[in-house]
Amino acid sequence: MKTILRLSVNGTPREDAVAGNALLIDYLRDGLGLSGTKQGCDGGECGACTVLVDGLPRLACGTLAHSVAGREVETIESLSHEGNISRLQRAFHEHLGAQCGFCTPGMIMAAEALLRSNPQPDRAQIREALAGNLCRCTGYVKIVDSVEAACGTEHAL
Amino acid sequence: MNAPERKLTLTPAATKSDRGVGARMPLVDGIEKVTGTARYTADLQANGVLVGKILRSPYAHAELLEVDVSEALKLPGVRAIVTGADCDVPYGVIPIAQNEFPLARERIRYIGEPVAAVAAVDEATADLALSRIRLRVRELPAYFKAADARVADAVLLHENKQGNIERAVHNEFGDTAAGFAAADLIREENYDCAEVHHAMMEPNAALATFEPERGHLTLWSVTQVPYYVHLTLAQCLKMAAAHIRVIKPFVGGGFGHRVEPLNFEVIVALLARAARGTVRLLMTREEAFLTHRGRPETQIRIRLGLMRDGRMTACQAEVVQRGGAYGGYGLVTILYSGALINGLYNLPAVKYDGYRVYSNTPPCGAMRGHGTVNIRFAFESLLDTMAAELGIDPIAIRRRNLLQAPTETINGLKVMSYGLPECLDWVEAASGWKARKGRMGRQGHIGKGLGMACSHFVSGSAKPVHFTGQPHATIALRLDFDGGVTILTGAADIGQGSSTIITQIVTEVLGVDYRRLRLIANDSAITPKDNGSYSSRVTFMVGNAAADAAQNLKTLLVAAAARRLKVTEADVEWFGEGAAVAGDPARHIPFEDIAEEALVGVGMLTVNGTFTCPIEFQGGKQRGGAVGSTMGFSYAAQAVEVSVDLDLGKITIDKVWCAIDCGFAINPMSVEGQVQGAVWMGMGQAMSEETVYENGRHRATNFMDYGVPTIVDSPEIEVHIVESIDPNGPFGAKEASEGPLSGFMSALAAAVEEATGHRFRMLPITPEKIFAVRQEQLAAAANEVTAQ
Repeated sequence: MKTILRLSVNGTPREDAVAGNALLIDYLRDGLGLSGTKQGCDGGECGACTVLVDGLPRLACGTLAHSVAGREVETIESLSHEGNISRLQRAFHEHLGAQCGFCTPGMIMAAEALLRSNPQPDRAQIREALAGNLCRCTGYVKIVDSVEAACGTEHAL
Repeated sequence: MNAPERKLTLTPAATKSDRGVGARMPLVDGIEKVTGTARYTADLQANGVLVGKILRSPYAHAELLEVDVSEALKLPGVRAIVTGADCDVPYGVIPIAQNEFPLARERIRYIGEPVAAVAAVDEATADLALSRIRLRVRELPAYFKAADARVADAVLLHENKQGNIERAVHNEFGDTAAGFAAADLIREENYDCAEVHHAMMEPNAALATFEPERGHLTLWSVTQVPYYVHLTLAQCLKMAAAHIRVIKPFVGGGFGHRVEPLNFEVIVALLARAARGTVRLLMTREEAFLTHRGRPETQIRIRLGLMRDGRMTACQAEVVQRGGAYGGYGLVTILYSGALINGLYNLPAVKYDGYRVYSNTPPCGAMRGHGTVNIRFAFESLLDTMAAELGIDPIAIRRRNLLQAPTETINGLKVMSYGLPECLDWVEAASGWKARKGRMGRQGHIGKGLGMACSHFVSGSAKPVHFTGQPHATIALRLDFDGGVTILTGAADIGQGSSTIITQIVTEVLGVDYRRLRLIANDSAITPKDNGSYSSRVTFMVGNAAADAAQNLKTLLVAAAARRLKVTEADVEWFGEGAAVAGDPARHIPFEDIAEEALVGVGMLTVNGTFTCPIEFQGGKQRGGAVGSTMGFSYAAQAVEVSVDLDLGKITIDKVWCAIDCGFAINPMSVEGQVQGAVWMGMGQAMSEETVYENGRHRATNFMDYGVPTIVDSPEIEVHIVESIDPNGPFGAKEASEGPLSGFMSALAAAVEEATGHRFRMLPITPEKIFAVRQEQLAAAANEVTAQ
């Protein structure tokens, strides 16, 4: 049965009729058209659906939409402001942190959460924070490079 | 560098621009990827779309007597159901080996094979409909191992293939008997490699629209080769190819999973036609594992002869691949394994016996490093072991067996450029090899080790799958009133960056601002046919076609500039964004004026560029001799440093150094990314990845059970680029995406041997296997103490 879900998505307050068993990923993708959030696995393994809930990374594929009522949800679509891509988006673009790009939105959102809590992480801390996000293209090296570049701690490998 | 003199005129500008060849240019479609606006197949909007679902077989091997869909059809909201009865035309990527139906007919050959599919108004209805379909079968003996399928009285999976052998390959090049007779040391060993899977991040998805008034079908799919899918749809649906349109949106990786037309692409089209509408098929991760097409489980017996100084005299190998239930790319895989024993070292004689075996498991196919990875693991490992016996350093023994380019191998493969010596030099220096190899030591319960290996791969198969007489690659450039140049290509960018490479080449040749260019790829109604993204062919072949197209357009533009400037073409100085009279820079006209002049009397210009591999590069005359043939081999050497926890058996990769001879790096950043990805994928196969079947049921249909490494498990991979400037590659470029993969396994095995004292000859090398070996070592040591 659908009931009203009140929450904030990318800074916009919303009231939507949402089924009680709807997952957050389906609400975002199918309900709001925010298709930047990806589904890469059958639940909770790959991290491609990572969004921020009250600033913390959360798997949208394993989250009931109604469980985030009243909370602030941020997706990849929220990171660009007034036509400017974010520092992480720029770094992933310029340092080839994305190849096929399918894991990228989730990867960037997980990195975003890291940089908000730790603006100057070392490479080990970056790896730790992204441990729940799989990538099959890059071997991860340029993903770590990208996050480092975004916080200005880039150094030669 | 051993490279012959260049014959082509393509040379990069002396000063590298930030967007031409040689530039570390970000992906041309990178902004869409980092902002989440890139649309993959599952992201496409469609009106009135039906939900498609596939019913898969729970039987490994059975006669399919009946598929009863009557109860399912009664459900309100079910718009179409299709079964094997709806398609009686077999398909398969290799024209001579098509034996697979999109939906099983008469026989089921693996658990997970599609038997029926439903299109319904919503997912719940589709699921309910699937649950009401009844199968009536007569089960048959099923074979999950190659050896079991090969026993004398085994039921044949395919009636025309005796002994369940899909393809046996027997060939000998050079005189192996004489080679072994001349050898000072001969050793023979067995190697076992588990089956692995691509596990690309984007699950399979397809969207199909059938417009019944005109009888037009449009398919959007995740394919690496839209052209094969197009042909397959025409064949299986018995439609004119002209009535079909195939579009590839953004694709989230492939690694070979998507080089064949796949059953779901036909199924979604059958559903759309039956429902006279639009059907979306979003498949689970489990279904991707069941669709499979990965690297087969492989048993290898290999024998090598060496002179005392380390020179190779002969090699003999027997390779058995468990190919799964259908042909797919199988015969090519088993041919590759034999062909590419050659091409890396100077090997005077090779005897090869290969067996591709049918089994009741999901079909194997092409996977990054197609056919070469497991045999390379065996060859490099055996070479290491024998080098140790001869007291020769692993790098030194490889140096004693180098080729001299240009040359031709004993099986007819041409090697035109060869930067392996420089790769070895760099890896030796960067890893501190001379000072450290053999002296890594132990720190408490941590054993340290260093290992290395070499590998190579083709820059595109020189002979295409279909013999059409058409060029092997075609690019079109379109110029109209706005002065924009649109690059039209059928090359499928699946994340490897082909659209960026093509853009850089056109930028370089035209000399224009790269923002003047737009690239449109993979819409059969608009873009030229391309043979697809496989065998690392795109940079080499499509890159050459792109350079040709740009050169052809430039010729027209220079002529137009001459007309506008009222001088001869020889008097035009070309600046890319404009032109001037040579020696008179004041008489300059901008690109827009030149474009305007070029369109006078003819309107929009579309200029083609093409590339075709000459026949002399298309391999030896032996049966199957085209497989392995290429115009340019990439070469790689890598060193791997490990720490092994001897108590737990856990391997930590501390560092990888990999040097790649990619001919010329059109985009060095992209080369680094491809090499890192390839080495890392090799690491997954070497350490953790494995499909596991229990009575034919896949037990690892998710990332975790299958063993995809996480970022925490993954090392720093330092890449060094060697530019041998290939005489035929665009600007000298060759491939960089597959060759580095196959060196990892044996480099790891060598490093683990130094750390543990044991040489593993099976993959993956898991903590369980190391732990078991350690227990044996400790027990043996204890016995020795007792005996003393």
